[in-house]
Amino acid sequence: MQRLRHGDEVAHLLTLIFAALILLLTSMLVYELWVNSHLSRTKFGWMFFWTRVWDPIFNNFGAAPFIYGTLVTSIVSLVIAVPLGLAAAIFLSELAPRKISDTISFLIDLLAAVPSVIYGLLGIFIVVPLMRTEIGPHLIKWFGHVPYLSVLFKPPNYGVGFFTAGIVLAIMVVPFIISVSREVLLTVPREQREAALALGATHWESTWKVVVPWARTGIMGSIFLALARALGETMAVTMVIGNDPKIAASLFAPGYTIAAVIANEFTEATGDLYLSALIELGLVLFLMTFILNGLARIMIVATERGGGQPA
Amino acid sequence: MKKRLLVVWLLAALAVSAGAQSNKVLLTGAGATFPYPMYSKWFDVYHQQRPNVEINYQSIGSGGGIRQVLAGTVDFGASDGPMNDDQIKEFKEKRGVEILHFPTVLGADVPSYNVEGVKTDLKFTQKSLAGIFLGTITKWNDPEIARPNPGVKLPDSDIVVVHRSDGSGTTYVWTDFLSKVSDEWKNKVGKGTSVNWPVGLGGKGNEGVAGLVKQTPDSIGYVELIYAIQNNMPYGEVENTSGKFIKADLASVTAAAANAANNMPDDFRVSITNAPGATAYPVSSFTWLLIPSKIPDTAKRDAIKGFLEWMLKDGQNSTEALAYARLPKPVIAKELKAISLVQ
Repeated sequence: MQRLRHGDEVAHLLTLIFAALILLLTSMLVYELWVNSHLSRTKFGWMFFWTRVWDPIFNNFGAAPFIYGTLVTSIVSLVIAVPLGLAAAIFLSELAPRKISDTISFLIDLLAAVPSVIYGLLGIFIVVPLMRTEIGPHLIKWFGHVPYLSVLFKPPNYGVGFFTAGIVLAIMVVPFIISVSREVLLTVPREQREAALALGATHWESTWKVVVPWARTGIMGSIFLALARALGETMAVTMVIGNDPKIAASLFAPGYTIAAVIANEFTEATGDLYLSALIELGLVLFLMTFILNGLARIMIVATERGGGQPA
Repeated sequence: MKKRLLVVWLLAALAVSAGAQSNKVLLTGAGATFPYPMYSKWFDVYHQQRPNVEINYQSIGSGGGIRQVLAGTVDFGASDGPMNDDQIKEFKEKRGVEILHFPTVLGADVPSYNVEGVKTDLKFTQKSLAGIFLGTITKWNDPEIARPNPGVKLPDSDIVVVHRSDGSGTTYVWTDFLSKVSDEWKNKVGKGTSVNWPVGLGGKGNEGVAGLVKQTPDSIGYVELIYAIQNNMPYGEVENTSGKFIKADLASVTAAAANAANNMPDDFRVSITNAPGATAYPVSSFTWLLIPSKIPDTAKRDAIKGFLEWMLKDGQNSTEALAYARLPKPVIAKELKAISLVQ
């Protein structure tokens, strides 16, 4: 009995240390980004967020085009990936025979482990040409004259740009959404479904009105995991986005993201202010993930209040 | 018996001192990626000839090379663009000694394009290249492009400009050339490893630019000559200061350097873009090793000086096999003299 309690204490201490390490790591990361971006922060102040110029020669730096590009590509990817991923997860957990479901899930987990540069190549060789010759022209034909929507689908269409980056990101994050959502849906108790069916609900009604709401916290979690990956993705995005720091309404326009510009320019950044501005971009990206994660928490808490699964 | 012991001792002492002499000298360097294949070959061959000298080179980019040299974390740096006056001053303030530039090989940028229906090599005037990259020339059938290319049917389509998105010495050379031929470029954009491009798409690395050009109809971009040669990419001719259109190859690049060599400054920091000479290719450049003028560690100093001498004498013979243009003879002679500045 004595020995067992002793073990408890050791385990308690060890896990505490590891948990504290995470905290330490995060705070050190923020500290380093904060200190090393000092030059840029003092020179540009809050204007850093609004300035639309990125000029390493005349030392004028602004984050606006990169923040815009990061948000737009992430939103496009979620708009595509969430319905797709959720539908696939519902099929796999509710409708497909267990054997098929398990096989497909295994393949999906494999997809999640593919390195991002491979997705970048997929983007360059398949999505970009397809976008230029097929998808883009059709979208322009369909939506080019629809009020409001026409702004988003304007030529010129080079094949690279926000939309292509969004599609490649969607392909990359969809396995996360499917995999996590399916697991969560599978944990919904059998009684819930049976109760709904007993009340006269159809199979689909029981799934959509009972099972999915029960699992929504977990589904939300999967979406935010996907968002986190989309925000920080570097390699695949820089290969297909066109790397042009401009803010354009059209989804076919080339753009740039924070992670991409850091990866592209960090190695050759010689000036102190230039380097400092790149580090401040890193700080901005950290801040964006932090805010979005915070919003996610708030959303989850809010939806829990509305009923469903007790926390 | 005692005598014998003494002999043993002496032998042992000799062995120890000999061991000390054959002690390995490990040099570390970092910088430019463009000459990396050449450097890694040179360092390898040199190590075979002098097994006690081992040179470890990290191709982290020219900017990184300059930063590491300034921080003193490496024995030498390497860069595709020379250090500017501020950086040289900073080095002197931080380390109390000078930084020396030693040219090693030559490189060049070439314009590569993909224009519907055009199979022949296009000729580009200095004005047309500046106009295309500034965004003031927007159509392929613009008179400035068409004038030197009689007989070529150029389409009435928009030009898609492709440039490097990653900071790179290739971009430095290209923008250095454009700054020399266009005042508007010089004042609006300037030269550097990354610039604020007025127009165009960015591709990562030579392969990124080449890929975009290949895929995008009516596009034009710039890549390193070596990359174009090794990948059999078609590329255009560029007008030089004599008004001649020159197709880049190893000879025309060395010619650009030869003309610049006649008035080579003592610190070797010279740009040879738009160099004079009828046969000179105008978008050429040296690439440099950055070496401190004082190296306190004698073993390291001897190793670096030894390598420099070997590189200038024997090393130059193996450049062309890897598609690098060799240094002109007067430059080599001048550099051999400059080695004595390393103390």
